[in-house]
Amino acid sequence: MPEISCKNCKKEIDETEFLSGLKVCPACGYHDYMNAWERIDSVVDGGTFKEVAAEITSVDFLGFQDLKPYGERLDEAIMKSVIKEAIVVGEAKIRGFNASLGVMDFSFLGGSMGSVVGEKVRIITDNSISKKIPLVIFSASGGARMQEGILSLMQMAKTVSGISRLRESKIPYFCVITNPTTGGVSASFVTVADIIISEPEALFCFAGPRVVEQTIKKAVPKDFGLARRNEANGQIDIIVERKEIRSILGKLLELFSGNKNI
Amino acid sequence: MEIDKIKNLPRSFLKESLQSFFKIEKLKKISTFSGIHFSEAEKKLTEKIENYRQVEREAIRAWKIVELSRNEARPHTPDYINGIFEDFVPLAGDRQTLEDKSIISGIGKLSGITVAAIGHNKGRDIKERIEFNFGSSMPQGYRKAIRVMKLADRFNFPVITFIDTPGAYPALEAEDSGQAGAIANSILTMFELKVPTISVLIGEGGSGGALALAIGNYVMMLENSTYSVISPEGCASILWRESSAVKLSARALKLTSRDLYKLGVIDKIIYEPMGGAQNNPERMVRIVRSYILNILKKFVGNEKIDFKKIRAEKYESMGIFTAPQTE
Repeated sequence: MPEISCKNCKKEIDETEFLSGLKVCPACGYHDYMNAWERIDSVVDGGTFKEVAAEITSVDFLGFQDLKPYGERLDEAIMKSVIKEAIVVGEAKIRGFNASLGVMDFSFLGGSMGSVVGEKVRIITDNSISKKIPLVIFSASGGARMQEGILSLMQMAKTVSGISRLRESKIPYFCVITNPTTGGVSASFVTVADIIISEPEALFCFAGPRVVEQTIKKAVPKDFGLARRNEANGQIDIIVERKEIRSILGKLLELFSGNKNI
Repeated sequence: MEIDKIKNLPRSFLKESLQSFFKIEKLKKISTFSGIHFSEAEKKLTEKIENYRQVEREAIRAWKIVELSRNEARPHTPDYINGIFEDFVPLAGDRQTLEDKSIISGIGKLSGITVAAIGHNKGRDIKERIEFNFGSSMPQGYRKAIRVMKLADRFNFPVITFIDTPGAYPALEAEDSGQAGAIANSILTMFELKVPTISVLIGEGGSGGALALAIGNYVMMLENSTYSVISPEGCASILWRESSAVKLSARALKLTSRDLYKLGVIDKIIYEPMGGAQNNPERMVRIVRSYILNILKKFVGNEKIDFKKIRAEKYESMGIFTAPQTE
């Protein structure tokens, strides 16, 4: 029996049980990182996901160089990761309902939003509008991608503009917050969702705990930005465990499909 | 390289540029002793050094603009509001929890047209600055802006915004009352408005806190103001892990009015009086007034323009990536 240790409680746990439980620690319930494909598999009806816009890739249009050139960082991220950008988008069936689906992946440059993430979100938003199907996005992001400068800030505007048209078309949009979701992604398309679901203990805030600590010059509470605190503060609709996310999405898709002819 | 100039640049940058410098000195020495010439290598190293110097010059120039944009003597939102609008009535509060004084909002008249004006307020003296949170807003500030924008839309008042903030307030109580959602909803509201929106970046355009009020049909930027996804300080500490990299990050972020005009993010650069707006605040206000009035006259009474649609198309076309063959 292969054993691994949980990142949170450090207990030795059975890897097979951990994986079959969607990477949730059987001992403490810690929701570990999932890549975009694992996430998609855990949510959609088997084999129904069709990726779109996979060929759109980032360009270092500013010639941005910090300790490394942005181009090099991009190449490394593509090599290291199972994805080509910080979001995978497409269309799928969830419990029999068609939906546009976007899944962010924190492993790709911290899930940061640059021009490509903005464009891909716009593409699935438009897909939802033209086909009149709901939009579902799983968020995971450290914020805007600094290496794309101001145009990454503009992706906040771009994605919200798309969602504004979606709202006008009366098409439902559900967002599932996964750990962590911060910065420009929190303050744009995530928080204008009709329903905001959060995984247990997912960090969701605008300014991260370290930034806040620097400002207020003292330690933030242990539960800063975490799901229970966000729920108590009225910032999210519902906390749902990973194994239940597919079924709650199915339920919401069913509920929102009603009353069309009343 | 002059020591006083380079001492404020990060160690990593200095190390690299000095390495090239020493390499070239070494090559020259070897040449004199051995008679072997390394012209190709020397040329490459000289180019490299010139490149470092160029980066350094640009970094210093960008940082100078960052400092100007933060100059306390520059005119601030209240100066523009008082100098531009007649019969201005300030409107306070989000009608839910509190009044955030870091954002001023209200209605007034410009050349006979009733408009709503909203802007960040940094405060003039230290007492005001503390009271106004140095222009960093709480979620309640954005909610007040949303309320006033919706009011303006119902009565067909164009919305004019003044941007001048280091960024949204990163504090525990701001997070607890939904900073992310407040910013996102302010952006959303600006996209939903049927009335025209005009935004003027007058000083610091700090990240999401600036963007929340800056969704303009027409966006103008003062010559020495900045607009950036993150502060140079924040960027330096995250990407360079050295606070001394602020000048390099200010350059890399491309946050000046000229950079942003080239990138198509702003529609107009408003040039400042010689040396900067702080040298002649009254004149600066008059210049801004004339530009706002000019645009406002083009917009108002033009029933054919679908401001909401144009705004959406403008922002949704922003971004640079490799064009896909098919969609």
